[in-house]
Amino acid sequence: MKTGLSIFIAAFIALGTSWCGFVLAPLLQLGSAQQTVILQTTDNWPLQRTGAATLGLQVYRAYGCAACHTEQVRQTGSAFEVTLTSLGNQKPADFIEFTKSLFVLPGLANYTNAIAASLNGWNGGLPKTLLTATDKDVATEMADRLKAVGVKSETAIIATGPDIARGWGSRLSVAADFLYDQPVQLGSLRAGPDLANIGVRAPDANWQLAHLYAPKSVTPNSTMPSFKFLFEVRKVGASPSPEALNLPKEFAAADGFEIVPKPAAKQLVAYLLSLKANVPLYEAPFTPATAAK
Amino acid sequence: MNLTENNSSCDREINDSLRVPLLALFGGAAVWLIVGLVLGLIAGIKFHAPDFLGACPVMTYGRVAPAANDAVLYGFCIPAALGVALWIFARLSGQPLALPLVPVVAANLWHLGVFIGTAGILLGASSGHTWLEYPRAAAVILFAAFMLIAVSAAATFGWRRQQELYPSHWFLFAGLLWFPWIYSTANILLNSHQLPRGVVQPIIGWWFANNLVFVWLALVGVGTAFYFLPKIAARPLANSGYVLLAFLTLVFFGTWCGIPQGAPVPAWLPTLSSVAAALTLVPLLAISIVTLKTVCGSNVSCKGGPFCFIRFGVMSFIVSGILYVSAACPQYSRILNFTWFGAAQTQLQLLGFAAMILFGAIYELLPQVMGKPLPQPALAKAHFYLSMIGVLLFFVPLVLAGVVQGEKLADANIPFADANTAALKFLRVSTTGQMLILLGALLFAVNIFIMTIQWKLGIAKTVIAYIKSPLETAEVKS
Repeated sequence: MKTGLSIFIAAFIALGTSWCGFVLAPLLQLGSAQQTVILQTTDNWPLQRTGAATLGLQVYRAYGCAACHTEQVRQTGSAFEVTLTSLGNQKPADFIEFTKSLFVLPGLANYTNAIAASLNGWNGGLPKTLLTATDKDVATEMADRLKAVGVKSETAIIATGPDIARGWGSRLSVAADFLYDQPVQLGSLRAGPDLANIGVRAPDANWQLAHLYAPKSVTPNSTMPSFKFLFEVRKVGASPSPEALNLPKEFAAADGFEIVPKPAAKQLVAYLLSLKANVPLYEAPFTPATAAK
Repeated sequence: MNLTENNSSCDREINDSLRVPLLALFGGAAVWLIVGLVLGLIAGIKFHAPDFLGACPVMTYGRVAPAANDAVLYGFCIPAALGVALWIFARLSGQPLALPLVPVVAANLWHLGVFIGTAGILLGASSGHTWLEYPRAAAVILFAAFMLIAVSAAATFGWRRQQELYPSHWFLFAGLLWFPWIYSTANILLNSHQLPRGVVQPIIGWWFANNLVFVWLALVGVGTAFYFLPKIAARPLANSGYVLLAFLTLVFFGTWCGIPQGAPVPAWLPTLSSVAAALTLVPLLAISIVTLKTVCGSNVSCKGGPFCFIRFGVMSFIVSGILYVSAACPQYSRILNFTWFGAAQTQLQLLGFAAMILFGAIYELLPQVMGKPLPQPALAKAHFYLSMIGVLLFFVPLVLAGVVQGEKLADANIPFADANTAALKFLRVSTTGQMLILLGALLFAVNIFIMTIQWKLGIAKTVIAYIKSPLETAEVKS
């Protein structure tokens, strides 16, 4: 490092390589990403937001909601579940006898008790879950054995992890979920719960509005500040507004007054309700609950 | 490796050339520091009383918190660091500051940019990307102001008397290159009407945030410390080989950190980042060895003086670096991600490392530049102890809050509200720390403002004396 030029070159190369790696390469890899297809369907994901929800993202950005809320779900693993859907021409008792023959197989030996317990007292009702919380190899082997004797089964993939157990999502968040977000508001702190699927978790717009106006009116131990300035308290006119909030007594407006959301509040709620991330994708597979019927 | 400076008559010229630019940079920086810390305190109080100032949309937590962070970083750390860098460049060059009027204009421009940016965030015009919240109008002004100061610094550097470079040169010169590059890239891509698609935005945002808050602050902070520590200790900077190693590994590895584990992005990005973070232990180790060897055994009785500030700053940097590396480690990030741990590391980096080193440097250089001692040296000492205790009370509880909150969040059987409440207990302590830091910053501002006022009064007196005396003689003669 004898001359200014050598410092310049060292710094230039160092920053230049990371610029290529973390600015240029992601732009090339993801900058022209398109919608993907939802697993086992022909539907596209994600869809463009409606007008109100698009404006709502700007409200979310302007009030810095991402300072306390993340929009990304983490997943620690996947579990597989084998469910019996049809016994073919077998009788339940025969089938129970048949499962005992499976227990000697090396892959399934560890699940002897689990399978025996799930079939204990079973009267033949379907669908019947045989194996839970297992890995892919065991689930595949089980399904193959059942198929060989003419019994039909379905294998479900279930994403696991604390975020998912809390009901914050059905799977991990992936790049595709954020395709149309301008700006993407991932967030970095969970002073409030994750919002990646708040539109699935709390789909009632009135609940969302009441929560924005007075968080404690719907979640008593909430630490969220109230966003009263997104609402208008006004005298009830000739007839009460259909949009007026229906709040518990201690939060409600005085007699003769009503609390009505301003446009920004309605847009913000439209945005929150648009947050779903509840479909399986190639890079984040899971079996939706409805498909297991 | 010695500080080969020319201590002859040009000292006076150097100090004269720096007086106005430095007062412009430091004066505004002191104001923004107070503004930032007050906003930070307001944001902190909102966790104890969510509806504190809640009727006012301008004071929403989501606006106040980024405005506070940005005011501390853009309002205080960057202009103060630029002022210190200008002084170091001039001293090491043995030359007065080149183009001394340019940084004066630039300093005012910079503070105008921070004002527009802060107002923009508070009024809801934030861009929504961390550390890039300032709206485009402010970003353009900040960029222009930085370039002006960089021109003046580079010219001073280019016209130096000694060809040989001192290690501080490497760090500070690289910092001059770093900021315009990352700031322009990030603003062009993320502060525009048509943003890149999807998660490309946060990736660029993380790259920028890491290169600004971790690498840039490290470059200017360590560069400054490596100038002042040997100078105050009156002994050479130890192990020049390690210093070179620290510089090269910092710029080559540090710049790749920042993409969090588990982010919804292609897996190669966070993987690369965590490898780089592990390698960043090399510069951290090298910097600690150099600092220890330079400082240990020196007979400096600092007692709250500049030496104390800078030494504490380097220690904070090492701790903050270790926290940063551990958060990038996959096993720990599962717990620490999305908790207060990240905020703790950022605040330590800003207030414990960068700000402390800058305070020390300013307390050391300002009396020289002004040609008179600090007006209130006792306040400067009190500032050190308040800041040190404040920083410890601020970041240690936040680290603990992050760990506790993270462990509770990782157990789905514990309700979310319980994890949140567990963290709030620690936040009570950290708010106390914030108050102490603010108190210390007020003492700092008092010293700066008294010096500025004394200087302005001095000028006024000279001007008045000048106007009065020749007029009388001229009238007599005519």
